Amino acid sequence: MIVLENVGKQYDMGAIKVLALDGVSLEIGAGEMLAVLGPSGSGKSTLMNLLGCLDTPSSGSYRLDGELVSEMNRTQLAAVRNRKIGFVFQNFNLLGYATAQENVELPLIYARTPTVERRRRAIEMLELVGLGDRVKHRPAELSGGQRQRVAMARALANDPDIILADEPTGNLDSKSGEEIVALFENLHKRGKTLIVVTHDKNVAGHCKRVITLLDGRIDTDIRKGDSNRAAR
Amino acid sequence: MHAILEYYHELKKEKLRMVLTMLGVCWGMANIILMLSVGEGLYRELQRGLLSMGKDIVVVWPGQTSKAYAGFPVGRRIRFTTEDLNRIAGQVPLIEEISPEFIRWSETIKDNGHNMDTRITGVLPCWGEMRSMVPEAGGRFINEMDLKRKRRVIFIGNAVRDKFFGSGVNPVGRQIKVSDIPFTVIGVMKKKMQTNSYSGMDENRCSIPASTYSTMFNQKYPNNAVFRPVDRKRSEQAQDAFRKFLASRYKCDPGDDSIANFWDTIKSVETQGKILRGIQIFMGIIGGLTLIIAGIGVANIMYVTVKERTREIGIKMAVGARPVYIISQFVLEALLTVGIGGALGIALGKGMIAIVWALPIENEVMNFIGRPVYSPLLALISSTILTFIGLLTGVFPARKASMVDPVEALRYE
Repeated sequence: MIVLENVGKQYDMGAIKVLALDGVSLEIGAGEMLAVLGPSGSGKSTLMNLLGCLDTPSSGSYRLDGELVSEMNRTQLAAVRNRKIGFVFQNFNLLGYATAQENVELPLIYARTPTVERRRRAIEMLELVGLGDRVKHRPAELSGGQRQRVAMARALANDPDIILADEPTGNLDSKSGEEIVALFENLHKRGKTLIVVTHDKNVAGHCKRVITLLDGRIDTDIRKGDSNRAAR
Repeated sequence: MHAILEYYHELKKEKLRMVLTMLGVCWGMANIILMLSVGEGLYRELQRGLLSMGKDIVVVWPGQTSKAYAGFPVGRRIRFTTEDLNRIAGQVPLIEEISPEFIRWSETIKDNGHNMDTRITGVLPCWGEMRSMVPEAGGRFINEMDLKRKRRVIFIGNAVRDKFFGSGVNPVGRQIKVSDIPFTVIGVMKKKMQTNSYSGMDENRCSIPASTYSTMFNQKYPNNAVFRPVDRKRSEQAQDAFRKFLASRYKCDPGDDSIANFWDTIKSVETQGKILRGIQIFMGIIGGLTLIIAGIGVANIMYVTVKERTREIGIKMAVGARPVYIISQFVLEALLTVGIGGALGIALGKGMIAIVWALPIENEVMNFIGRPVYSPLLALISSTILTFIGLLTGVFPARKASMVDPVEALRYE
């Protein structure tokens, strides 16, 4: 359960102060599948970084499952990211020298999972994303779609409640993109909260709720279920 | 374990850079090992040189009064006789053994027409042991029977043997004449390195029993005496007891320090030991400075590594690596770099020591500095310094790495 209250984020760029987010209030319930849309510079990435606990807001408060994340220090934030959040990035962000399995093991290492359990879990996650036969491959030996699926397996390794994806299909051909979206749908059915920042209308189309950002504020917040009902 | 694997990847990726960095550490470590070892060798050789004149002994010379006492004026010569020394031996329990030393500075020794001048000393059997006069194989020093029977036997220095009989000759049993009186050679002193002396080098002296000496030369007072205290820590008390005996025997002020002059070699050895340890530490510091320069090299490389791996750090942070994990990873990498370089350095240092030992140079200087001594303790000291440098070089870049903003790092190209 995510609760943002009047969250602002301001960057100091030397003399100029940039207000990336301006009084955003938002609630995201457990199990939602949500897309964040908006033109570049609208504050999508900033919102993403805040939701993902990579950054803290300049003003306002952020509660994640009741915990006041906006007041946490770096070590506490790292623990929250490790336990509760899985990231999927546009450019995959895999460790180039490590095999698919080693990449997936990374969050498990930081969670101090015992070695045997860690291996088992990593392979299980790779099988879940359909890469059971690629565990010993390094990212350079995998296609873009396969790399993104390794990243998905990594995001799922610690069984987090929330998956945050930043343009997950941005660097993929449409077929690979479809596969990733299918995986998202699958995760949504399993009860994960999915938040996707995207330009891809196709991806947004699969989401039950779409938020549009403009100039650091929430412009529209549409729940498809509601609009469907309204249309009926 | 995982971090070591990552280090291995880094090593493979940046072979030349890592090898060069390690080379610097290796050289620094070899330096500090060599420096400390040469210092240790110097210490041991010089201490051995001092001890070769005698271990735990005090040499005493007669003096003169500096205080008027019992009607006697200042400046009266106070000398001791063999009798006095015998009484001291019997009465002063602090003194274990004592020997007079009579010296003739130049006496002619003859053998089949060729002759040379040398120094003759008359001493007791215990003098030989106190003064480290070790005989070469097949010979012996003066014994109690020689003394009791006033035998005409002579123990000669190795340099005297070399000049008089020729080097390598074993003259034991040969007859020579000392001041035209026939003597039998009973032993030759084994060559020793002597770095201090009070009446010339032992290799140039010949010793005969004190009793025999007294029958030949009319000399009532020994030139000096040599004694060994029962306990090296109570040497000064033994000297006081010696002086008090003389004071009461010759009616001097008991507080008059100048009636006998002492050379406490125990103290000399301790003092020299301290100086030599100081020199060794100084040499170690010079070696350590080289190591610090190598350490700066490691720190530099670590900073570069941190910068290059900013994105990797960002990824790790995103998936939940706490800052302390990032710190320990880079500290560990610095320690591994320094550790591998250091281990190679110890090996190189040992190799250099072996080479120095193998150098076929025989001269006075090399006798001291050419005898480096490696010991595990030195390796332990050097490794401790190395670990400290490794930690220092790792901690600062690692801290920088842990301060990386994950948002920035993920965007970093």
